[in-house]
Amino acid sequence: MAQHTRKGAQFQALTANRLSDGIVVYLTREDRWSESLQDADVAEGKEAGEALLARAAPSVEANEVVEPYLFEVSLEDESVRAVSVRETIRQAGPTVRRDLGKQAELAGVHR
Amino acid sequence: MYRYDEFDQQLVNERVAQFSGQVARRLTGELTEDEFKPLRLMNGVYLQLHAYMLRIAIPYGTLSSKQLRMLAHIGRKYDRGYGHFTTRQNLQFNWPALKDVPDILKDLASVEMHCIQTSGNCIRNVTSDQYAGAAKNELEDPRIVSEIIRQWSTFHPEFSYLPRKFKIAVSGTPDDRAAIRVHDIGIQIVQNGQGEIGYEIYVGGGLGRTPMIGKKISGFVPKADLLAYLEAIMRVYNMYGRRDNIYKARIKILVHEIGVEEMQRQVEAEFAEIRKSGTLHLPEEEIARIEAYFQPPAYEDLPDESTELNKAVVADPAFANWVKSNVAQHKVPGYAIVNISLKPIGGVPGDCTSDQMDAIADIAEKFSFDELRVTHEQNLTLAHVRKKDLYAVYEALKAHDLATANIGLITDQIACPGLDYCALANARSIPLAQQISERFADIERQHEIGELKINTSGCINACGHHHVGHIGILGVDKKGVEYYQVTLGGAADEKTAIGDIVGRAFTEDEIVDAIETIVTTYIGIRKDGERFIDTYRRVGVDPFKESLYETH
Repeated sequence: MAQHTRKGAQFQALTANRLSDGIVVYLTREDRWSESLQDADVAEGKEAGEALLARAAPSVEANEVVEPYLFEVSLEDESVRAVSVRETIRQAGPTVRRDLGKQAELAGVHR
Repeated sequence: MYRYDEFDQQLVNERVAQFSGQVARRLTGELTEDEFKPLRLMNGVYLQLHAYMLRIAIPYGTLSSKQLRMLAHIGRKYDRGYGHFTTRQNLQFNWPALKDVPDILKDLASVEMHCIQTSGNCIRNVTSDQYAGAAKNELEDPRIVSEIIRQWSTFHPEFSYLPRKFKIAVSGTPDDRAAIRVHDIGIQIVQNGQGEIGYEIYVGGGLGRTPMIGKKISGFVPKADLLAYLEAIMRVYNMYGRRDNIYKARIKILVHEIGVEEMQRQVEAEFAEIRKSGTLHLPEEEIARIEAYFQPPAYEDLPDESTELNKAVVADPAFANWVKSNVAQHKVPGYAIVNISLKPIGGVPGDCTSDQMDAIADIAEKFSFDELRVTHEQNLTLAHVRKKDLYAVYEALKAHDLATANIGLITDQIACPGLDYCALANARSIPLAQQISERFADIERQHEIGELKINTSGCINACGHHHVGHIGILGVDKKGVEYYQVTLGGAADEKTAIGDIVGRAFTEDEIVDAIETIVTTYIGIRKDGERFIDTYRRVGVDPFKESLYETH
């Protein structure tokens, strides 16, 4: 499984790609998959992170999502932010072709 | 160009049906992801950062207008209205849904296209010179050999599970536009003292984390023996290539470890065995059958000079610049080769919208015998344009933002998709290329700087060919922050060289200034007529190192 978080990360969220179209999704508190990081359930601490990751298994079994993994987030002004450039790009689309897709819809996320 | 016979079409149709079934079974859960992943990769479907990516094979970079229109249609219907031409002369779509892939493959098959050999540990799509059939000093059209290799290698049972992927490139001219020395096998078409055409073979070239220049293992393989010789190389690789370590699995590592003499000895021994059986001897009639597909188009008898062209060059300085950088000499009087830049100032290298594809298809149909080429430098080429039509072609391209006069210049950069799209990348490539392009936007300044190739990769896998850029940029990740390492003096032509690392990496904020410093240093020390690469070869890395690290 991919490692995109770091040891000692305080807050983590769980992401995957939807099987049918590959779109990036996040696991919510209700164990549904949302395209918005703001809907993501955020786990604090290592144990809560592991528990969050375990909750992906049924969706993988049900062929709903593929390649689930945890990644580090921060909580700022009541919003969830990805810590790494990579996860920010997955969240908000490429930093190029800003006229299209998520990168147009979530215009404030990329600098 | 080559047209499918009934066997080709059946092969492709059967593959579409097979993969459609596999996709359906994956979606219903009959196949697990672990079972499905190798199958999707055999059909060009990757899972990238945001979505699936579909890589479509464009054999040796040759496309018909009809095929390009189909790519435009697929981009519009199943994707986001654009595609991305790659350094392997292929096209990638960044956003197809898995459930749509069977329909996309059906559409592709209807125009003799597919995604076979665009992924996996097989012999990949063969690449070649975009000037094939048009270059002045060409010994033989390299597409003939490329097509023969395509037919031999497709679904070859012995070579479907190689230790690692395998790339072959072919050049028919002494000046190499196909980067053959950085391929697993590079084939240079040559002529011997008796005037016979044969093949000089390089083996073990490659980029990635361990860049190597291919070594010559044969100076002349006769035409009839080419497949036997290639098969001999493949067998030695298949036998001894390392399967225990993915980073040491390419043939370049094998050649490096056993040495070129031992590689040569093994290949010759295998070659002798294969020849004994005679099964891979290429019959003359079969070569002639393939050759017939690549006969020259019906050129008109024209004077070499065109008064229409000469007048337009005088009247329109922007056109004159375009002719200077984007138009190359053709072997037939009155004709020229036109390079279409997919590097507009501030644009994404290699990206092309569906509307642009349709426009290019129309231009190719009207002005270049209905056919075009993809270059490994992520541009397109119209191989046979009448000189008197050049201005009309320029105007038609300009209307679609396709007439940037920068081929071979500093803004004609190669860049991999990088962290904006790629699941393997550590850093972004495209925004960097865009910033450099904007910094050097002034076309007069670009022409004054002259030939300069900047190649950028977003990770060590080197899809952006940074090792062989005159200036190479490698994106690295340092604790979640992007840094860029610069190499100088690389080249991918007949004088292939791996660039030298200049020093410590630059931050995103520093890198464009660093490129400017390199350019300024070059301008300051170049002699008359010296290109950047010539100056670098004369003076080495030190003057650049001094100016870069003095100012940063």
